[in-house]
Amino acid sequence: MTRKGRRMALISSALAVGGLALGLVLFAMRDTVVFFYGPTEAAEKAKPGQRLRIGGLVELGSVQKAADKSVAFTVTDGTKTMAVTYNGLLPDLFREGQGVVTEGVLVSPGVFRADSVLAKHDEKYMPREVADALKKEGRWQEGAAAARPLDSGKKIP
Amino acid sequence: MIVEVGHYALVLALALSIVQSLVPMWGSRTGDRTLMAVAPPVAVMIGLFVALSFAALTYAHVESDFSLLNVIENSHSTKPLIYKISGVWGNHEGSMLLWVLILALFGAVVALFSRAMPLDLRATTLSVQGWLSAAFLLFILLTSNPFARVWPAPIEGQDLNPILQDPGLAIHPPLLYLGYVGFSITFSFAAAALITGRIDASWARYVRPWSLVAWVFLTLGIAMGSYWAYYTLGWGGFWFWDPVENASLMPWLAGTAMLHSAAVMEKRDALKIWTIFLAILAFSLSLLGTFLVRSGVLTSVHTFASDPRRGIFILAILVFFIGGALALFAARASALKPGGIFAPVSREGALVLNNLLLTTSCATVFIGTLYPLALEAITGDKISVGAPFFNLTFGPIFVPLFLAMPIGQLLAWKRGDLLGAAQRLTLVAALGVVGAIVLIAVRGGPVLAPIGVGIAIYLILGAFVEVLGRIIGRGVAMGTAVSRAIGLPLSTWGTALAHAGLGVTLMGLAATGWGVERIVVLHPGDLVELGPWSLKVEQITSAKIANYQQTSAPMTVRSSAGVVVAQINPARRAFQTRQMTTTEAGIATLDFGQIYVSLAEQRPDGNFDARLYWKPLVSLIWIGALIMALGGSISLADRRLRIGVAKRAAKRLTPSSLAQAAE
Repeated sequence: MTRKGRRMALISSALAVGGLALGLVLFAMRDTVVFFYGPTEAAEKAKPGQRLRIGGLVELGSVQKAADKSVAFTVTDGTKTMAVTYNGLLPDLFREGQGVVTEGVLVSPGVFRADSVLAKHDEKYMPREVADALKKEGRWQEGAAAARPLDSGKKIP
Repeated sequence: MIVEVGHYALVLALALSIVQSLVPMWGSRTGDRTLMAVAPPVAVMIGLFVALSFAALTYAHVESDFSLLNVIENSHSTKPLIYKISGVWGNHEGSMLLWVLILALFGAVVALFSRAMPLDLRATTLSVQGWLSAAFLLFILLTSNPFARVWPAPIEGQDLNPILQDPGLAIHPPLLYLGYVGFSITFSFAAAALITGRIDASWARYVRPWSLVAWVFLTLGIAMGSYWAYYTLGWGGFWFWDPVENASLMPWLAGTAMLHSAAVMEKRDALKIWTIFLAILAFSLSLLGTFLVRSGVLTSVHTFASDPRRGIFILAILVFFIGGALALFAARASALKPGGIFAPVSREGALVLNNLLLTTSCATVFIGTLYPLALEAITGDKISVGAPFFNLTFGPIFVPLFLAMPIGQLLAWKRGDLLGAAQRLTLVAALGVVGAIVLIAVRGGPVLAPIGVGIAIYLILGAFVEVLGRIIGRGVAMGTAVSRAIGLPLSTWGTALAHAGLGVTLMGLAATGWGVERIVVLHPGDLVELGPWSLKVEQITSAKIANYQQTSAPMTVRSSAGVVVAQINPARRAFQTRQMTTTEAGIATLDFGQIYVSLAEQRPDGNFDARLYWKPLVSLIWIGALIMALGGSISLADRRLRIGVAKRAAKRLTPSSLAQAAE
């Protein structure tokens, strides 16, 4: 094969692999990317049936554990609320009045069926996304939710 | 006093690094041998001073010197000694010091073992390494000083983050950094090659041992990090496609590609531009990882107190080095003459395919990791790109790579025989297919699991077809075969082992499809069925140990025949100082599979909710990584590739001999 032919073979195979990868990325981006909303944003933007991450504070006194392992609680950003149901074990750091991120499907406006509740948090026991969502609603006071004086990160992983 | 010595040593190391970055570089520009000869001893001295500084910080941690802010924030007098030592790098300042220590040590070791190299290449390489250590020493001294004092000193420290109080902290970060930062030396080699114009087969020989060392450590570091996350987080997962994990995977993919293309450059003098580019890319991705983890862009157990100045500083370092290297690359790459010619179907062609697939998979990880950050910065929308994205993009790119790996090993240089290679692989491919079909029939479960195991069988056995073909033949006596096996170059064995190791890892990954998961409430005396095993909860106990209170639920594991096969002790530890609880999974390894029990919060009645998993063959994931690293180490021990032999090789690979070889 000539030098030119060789180069063409190389370039076309590079284009083929690159094109395949680009196609996969675009396809995957459309189907697997999940938006993060606070309850207020979810009420404005999300459609029932959509897969979402919802974050906010677990409303005080809203957690109800059933006899089986299902749990119901309310997530609030201070303006709007979202009723969440979840079937499984809650993470260690799940507390009323503290930040939480859940991923699942919006059943109908204001009702959310979570399939995972995330334990991720930072030193203020507050997921960054939740802090931002609360700031958006003007409900966030820097340091007010700080459970610990130290400034050291402890989110997982 | 010792602390001040440590601080002063760090400043001296910075001064020497600045000397290192200027003097040998100038010497190499002007051809002044005296100036160039400055580089090796200075590199060794930088290594010694940073090591002294690191030793001083370690001393302060071990002695619980609470006049140091770093010790106050991350230590406690009751902490076990191993965590006092590993706690040195369990925080931002200390981990950056470890980063620089490894950077400086790599410089020193290269200085000691590079006598055979041409002086200008040696001096320039060490000088570029000097630029790197100057930049990062400046970063430490200006934004992250580990030697800051506090007055008055408190009586007690605030203890180390309990999640980090684990033997993993003693192993994972040093291994990972040896890999991550180890690629700095290939970066320096690449920059020096571009500056001096010495881009040839002998360059590839000088670099190969260092890139292999970095690759072996990075492989071990990633595997260790994955296993640590697996046993400590309590979710039974071993890879979360978290940005921090991706940050270590990207240099691994680029580094793996570089190892392979450097082989082509070394043997055939081809793919030179590409190899240089990959060497720059691998370390650039390491720098990117450092930026992502250390700048506070992400929140994670890997990021510590964030300070916006640090992020901007690292970003500036990142832009300077990546931008500078790429500019140099753009200026010099066009002057390179293409080397050895090869047909598309050949060993070289196969390695090009390997490079294409590895860099493409690296690009998809890059997009998946950075796209959410970019989108949030631009539009404010928050999205999460998780496992589904990576499974969908990474998987389809890796499957052809798996299939091509054994074929590539069987192709000859220059012009290969695809049909011949396929014929020699028929048997192992058939074994893989039969294995998959049998598993579908017998085990059932998700269809991807048996297919994955089938590919893994093909990959593991296929990795050794080349070796076997060179040892055993028709009518070859046993003794001859053994002596041939011993006579084979170690790098051939290394390649076979590393490829087989990837197959072993794949088998472990595929077998996760057959995992069993249960969520139950544990009462003392309960019997829980889990896959082929039955677990008995013996009791629930609580005891004070070292600096934590441990509540545990010891369990006995029995086989279906009722024989006791293991005892496990899942537990929760409450740390008083930080008011935190950690989960200690109870793990028993049985036939390469693992029983994994993790306790959730204790119920008011004293019983535990618990997650129980049976994960068949899961330990193969990490065993495979160990085999890969072993393969890399064996290849490193190959006499032909040993440091110092390269000089003779350089003589042998003169243009005339290459021309002969090309005929």
